[in-house]
Amino acid sequence: MQLIPCPWCGPREEAEFHYGGQAHVAYPADPSALSDEEWAKFVFFRANPSGPFAERWSHSAGCRRWFNAVRDTRTHDLLAVYRLDEPRPVTP
Amino acid sequence: MTRTPGADLPEHPDFLWDNPDPKRAYDVVVVGGGGHGLATAYYLAKVHGITNVAVLEKGWLAGGNMARNTTIIRSNYLWDESSGIYEHSLKLWEGLEEDLGYPLLFSQRGVLNLAHSLQDVRDSVRRVEANKLNGIDAEWVDTARVKEICPIVNTSPDVRYPVLGATFQPRAGIAKHDYVAWGFARAAAAMGVDLIQNCEVTGIEQRDGRVTAVETSRGRIAAGKVALCAAGHSSVLAKMAGIDLPLVSHPLQALVSELLEPVHPTVVMSNAVHVYVSQAHKGELVMGAGIDSYSGYGQRGSFHIIEEQMAAALELFPVFARAHLLRTWAGIVDVTPDASPIVGLTPVENLFLNCGWGTGGFKATPGVGDCFAHTVAKGKPHPYAEPFTLDRFTTGALVDEHGAAAVAH
Repeated sequence: MQLIPCPWCGPREEAEFHYGGQAHVAYPADPSALSDEEWAKFVFFRANPSGPFAERWSHSAGCRRWFNAVRDTRTHDLLAVYRLDEPRPVTP
Repeated sequence: MTRTPGADLPEHPDFLWDNPDPKRAYDVVVVGGGGHGLATAYYLAKVHGITNVAVLEKGWLAGGNMARNTTIIRSNYLWDESSGIYEHSLKLWEGLEEDLGYPLLFSQRGVLNLAHSLQDVRDSVRRVEANKLNGIDAEWVDTARVKEICPIVNTSPDVRYPVLGATFQPRAGIAKHDYVAWGFARAAAAMGVDLIQNCEVTGIEQRDGRVTAVETSRGRIAAGKVALCAAGHSSVLAKMAGIDLPLVSHPLQALVSELLEPVHPTVVMSNAVHVYVSQAHKGELVMGAGIDSYSGYGQRGSFHIIEEQMAAALELFPVFARAHLLRTWAGIVDVTPDASPIVGLTPVENLFLNCGWGTGGFKATPGVGDCFAHTVAKGKPHPYAEPFTLDRFTTGALVDEHGAAAVAH
């Protein structure tokens, strides 16, 4: 089973975690000012790259804290894990 | 035509079509040599007389999701929009062996969608009524009738999720996925379509908002029109043309048992316990369940998903307890927010999009091939494809089929 390195607990089995989709998607500062197109982008459109991807995970059966990870979607290799308030680290 | 199922293997596929080098230009370039791409090329040639067509496949023909699905064919979706295109597809399936002149082992053995809770029952009855209004054969069957249709289902009332009944679509069934691909490929090639393998598209060339060519691993190929049928890799391709899609690509796993005597006469799906099972002609039990939660292009998923799927299968079919798992694998499914596909025009002129079929694309193969070919040939959506535009995510006209999709996303 794939191990996911929780920034607080260390490597734990994947089944302890919940996936949270793309990271760094900020809620619009002024939602009512958005056009339909902009609102659709916020609600429905997510990056879907083949390669490194910044995403959210929750250690739901462990410390229950959320964190971000950069994972290569082709190999499922976790390239970095970091806190929610940190910027995306540079990965190879 | 009578034959022993599975006994009459067609000739080796090497001899069914040529393996040509790409020409410098085509009227239509179809990207993706899976079921949808091959069917699109077939109907372009057959219905619209457009034969200067290339199907570009980065690997080998029908080696992606076409080789990885669980081959279930049905049309019992909830909404009118879905009923239109899926029932159109099922009707084409019913004549497809004759049409292609090729055996597909299409077997209308029916599908049971089990209900395990009061809410399941209500949703199922609602779907049956909606299906009937759309002329689709659907019926609500009680637990005793479930047992008659499929005697190996555990209908005991003292299990955690008892079977309270099911929807039944008798015209649903399965087909042999490889034969479907080979049938379309052979017929398309015979009409002059070039099927080009080991040819990966690396760029989409445009001039003045109009597509002009594709860059490939085998050189530049000029194209009057480009039709994308790339399933899991649709986001990657569309990005080459500057188009964002509301898709997330996930692994979807499936598995087969060793070959067994015929024990399972139909197709059984359960959303709540969550597994779907049929028995292929050759004898292997074919099973699938939900997608892996994370996105991925690796064509493999996590083992705990298989474990949960097996637990569900045993709950429903105690008789499988001693079957051995032979093989597991994953395909890459492109999932949309409303579990309905995207078929139609794009902001780039002469670039057409067919994607977002997620976990349910196989059953749509002939239907979408026909509708997408029409869309490409005429430059405007086929009526059955019209509801499935990309801009429904902006207008809000979603076609929410999460309930009927039967695969948790």
